[in-house]
Amino acid sequence: MATQRTHIMVCGGTGCVSSNSLEMVDSLKTKLIEKGYQDEITVIKTGCFGFCGQGPIIKIHPDNVFYVKVGMDDIDEIIDEHIIKGRTVSRLLYKEPETHRTLPKHDDMSFYKKQYRIALRNCGLINPEDINEYIAFGGYEALGMALTEYTPEKVIEIVKESGLRGRGGGGFSTGLKWEYTRKPPSDQKYVICNADEGDPGAFMDRSILEGDPHSIIEAMTIAGYAIGASEGIVYIRAEYPLAIKRLEVALDQAREFGLLGKNIFESGFSFDIHIKLGAGAFVCGEETALIHSVEGSRGEPTKKPPFPSVEGYHKKPTSVNNVETFANIPPILTKGAEWFHSIGTEKSKGTKVFALAGKINNVGLVEVPMGTTLREIIYDIGGGIIDGKAFKAVQTGGPSGGVITTADLDTPIDYESLKAIGSMMGSGGMIVMDEDDCMVNIAKFYLDFTQDESCGKCTPCRLGTKRMFEILERITEGKGTMEDIERLRSLGHAIKDSALCGLGQTAPNPVLSTLDYFYDEYIAHIVDKKCPAGACKALAKYKINPVKCIGCSACARVCPVNCIAGKPKEKYVIDEDQCISCGACFTACRFDAVIKP
Amino acid sequence: MSEVFEFDKATEKLKLLDAFIETQSAKDEAVISVLHKAQSLFGYLPSELQLHVARKLDVPAAKVYGVVSFYSFFTQEKRGDYTINICMGTACFVKGIDKVMTEFSNQLGIKNKETTADGLFTLNDVRCIGACGLAPVVMINDKVYGHVKAEDVGQIIMDCKEQKGV
Amino acid sequence: MPIKSLDELRKIREDQVKKVKLRESGESGDTTIEVLVGMATCGIAAGSREVLNKLVDLIGEKSLDNVKVIQVGCMGYCHSEPTVQINTPGKEPIIYGNVKGNVVDDIIEKHILNNEILDDHVLIKTFNSAL
Repeated sequence: MATQRTHIMVCGGTGCVSSNSLEMVDSLKTKLIEKGYQDEITVIKTGCFGFCGQGPIIKIHPDNVFYVKVGMDDIDEIIDEHIIKGRTVSRLLYKEPETHRTLPKHDDMSFYKKQYRIALRNCGLINPEDINEYIAFGGYEALGMALTEYTPEKVIEIVKESGLRGRGGGGFSTGLKWEYTRKPPSDQKYVICNADEGDPGAFMDRSILEGDPHSIIEAMTIAGYAIGASEGIVYIRAEYPLAIKRLEVALDQAREFGLLGKNIFESGFSFDIHIKLGAGAFVCGEETALIHSVEGSRGEPTKKPPFPSVEGYHKKPTSVNNVETFANIPPILTKGAEWFHSIGTEKSKGTKVFALAGKINNVGLVEVPMGTTLREIIYDIGGGIIDGKAFKAVQTGGPSGGVITTADLDTPIDYESLKAIGSMMGSGGMIVMDEDDCMVNIAKFYLDFTQDESCGKCTPCRLGTKRMFEILERITEGKGTMEDIERLRSLGHAIKDSALCGLGQTAPNPVLSTLDYFYDEYIAHIVDKKCPAGACKALAKYKINPVKCIGCSACARVCPVNCIAGKPKEKYVIDEDQCISCGACFTACRFDAVIKP
Repeated sequence: MSEVFEFDKATEKLKLLDAFIETQSAKDEAVISVLHKAQSLFGYLPSELQLHVARKLDVPAAKVYGVVSFYSFFTQEKRGDYTINICMGTACFVKGIDKVMTEFSNQLGIKNKETTADGLFTLNDVRCIGACGLAPVVMINDKVYGHVKAEDVGQIIMDCKEQKGV
Repeated sequence: MPIKSLDELRKIREDQVKKVKLRESGESGDTTIEVLVGMATCGIAAGSREVLNKLVDLIGEKSLDNVKVIQVGCMGYCHSEPTVQINTPGKEPIIYGNVKGNVVDDIIEKHILNNEILDDHVLIKTFNSAL
């Protein structure tokens, strides 16, 4: 076996492939054979480097040199200079935008790696069912420090100073919540971890519980110490069996190691955690509803105040925090409030995990510092839109959020900026949509979800979301009127103002936001009876598949409104504006080339 | 309920359920946990079973029914051997899960939430199962099928039937 | 055995810490090669359980005593599940995506036994962690 001294890694991500990276692989291989280096040096096509804006990218391993914007003409130089003579080709190195400093080493370019993992730090790195591995990576150090070196007040102080805010959607200061729960005198207090990840399209909480359950146990115990609770409850979706199992294993191990139970770290502090299963109700993400569900009842919200921090589970002070929020706690304690405070924007500190899904190349879980722009997330980390189609919008905040369009792609993301453009942070679902997605249909999808999930306790939400859904259904079927738009708006604002809990108050957002940004699409559905994206079935017109069409002209001959144009032996095209959807062409075509809507 | 729930045919399972109820310290709080256990044992929660749970826990039957009907995870209808769970998350929606749903519905001849006459399949839409990376996703019992296209539906149904030896 | 103090915790960590170095930078005192398999719900749905079983079988068949298979959570590369990371002492860890069928054999045959990196399946670590 010949020893391979070097690997040339060429990015094979979609972005780089579209700028000829595959041809570079071939060219590199040919050149290596020409020079007789093919046994020592291998060319490897890799996945996306997450730096698509600078592609094509080539990395030389193990030298760890990183070349950006490589052209076909640069191949010779890389081989002659770097591979043969061992000299770095400095003109191809990445230059820091502000300082113009060149950075040869991949690892020096920490800023280039747009992702920074705090909450996901251990996910994919440790065996979640082995407490020793968690400890090896610094686990339970924060708990030990809190219990033996800090007073509860000090712990709350650190969390407050760090600027950590609730990651489940609300964005309320975690330290303050703990302080409010600590204040009221009570014989018993509770810590609840909200793992009822309800946003369809978000799965970070599941991933954290499956990949790093001990971080949640550790953080809940710290919270218990800070607020003066001896009991913790994880309220988790029954739809997440693997997460439940891993959490159970982790709880047993923590008890065995004395990290849960009586007199932890001989500090006199005792704490234990048990699991309560949810049963599938989106409204249980709301903290009062969640508490009722933990108590074994229907998960209906109650009015606040009293806040759970004063009167929660069993009417005792209770702090409800989300999984991702908890996952941030141990590093904040070990690395300090200042470290965490230094990451992010003025009002939103630290990082946020986003579940990037939809019409995007690199679907995945990403964690970026607050203040990263949507463009960086979608185009650099996400690798752009599937099949090179046009970006239309990204939906954040799930059923409570709104859409963000091209105009706002460069907005640095934080709690406030998203709110200002009519969406919200939410739990971090990020669904990317392309030109084929109809915005009216998307709004209808979310309203269908909320009207189904509405608990029915308050009228604005129970009836209002249902009516909004019906109006949207009408519009997507081509039966809408211009008055419907006004109805949607006034109903939407009325529900926002009058619903009891967060579910209802935010439910109209997907409609109001699409009305703001995609008014034209609503008009197209109502006035022109057309769905520009071609997604609404009732409004869709017949189409001809150019691959199958052989140009026999059969369709054009039967069309009663003469809206099919083309010459024999060439591809025929249907003018969708004229088409009356009679289906005659579909019946006439013998080559399956007419696509039925 | 079309089918009458027969207690005498389920004594073994009832014993397990009663034993589980015994372990619950706070009875009035245990409704959801007990119903989870009951559904995992019996597969569904007929009214007779709800009444049994209510009496054992000493809570009004109305409360038990209220909980069962509130949460989407609980079902009062008997399900088929294979529950075809169609993920209704946003990522699946955007990737065209509606076509998959329609195809299953057409091929099995049942609508959402219905069970085939032979008791083999139940079609069921579920809330996001969190496998958005594999959208569109269909979960049949515990097995997750990712990147499902309408064309794959026939094969998936065949696979289940073969497994069952039909 | 319960941990009674921060010092005891730190002692456990020191015993375990060589794992950290191997996984982060490839530094290691011994010759154990670690194979991490991403076993979160989506990984399993994409077939990572089969991958894990096959790896264990192959390692047993070939009596590769210095290779250890470890299940881990989600690495975040949903677009390329199942994912496998190989940590070889003295080398930068390599992550593979879309590990299906023959790729598992290739990982053992080519990467572990022959030190060859597999073409077409390498994923690049696109993040830094607060560790």
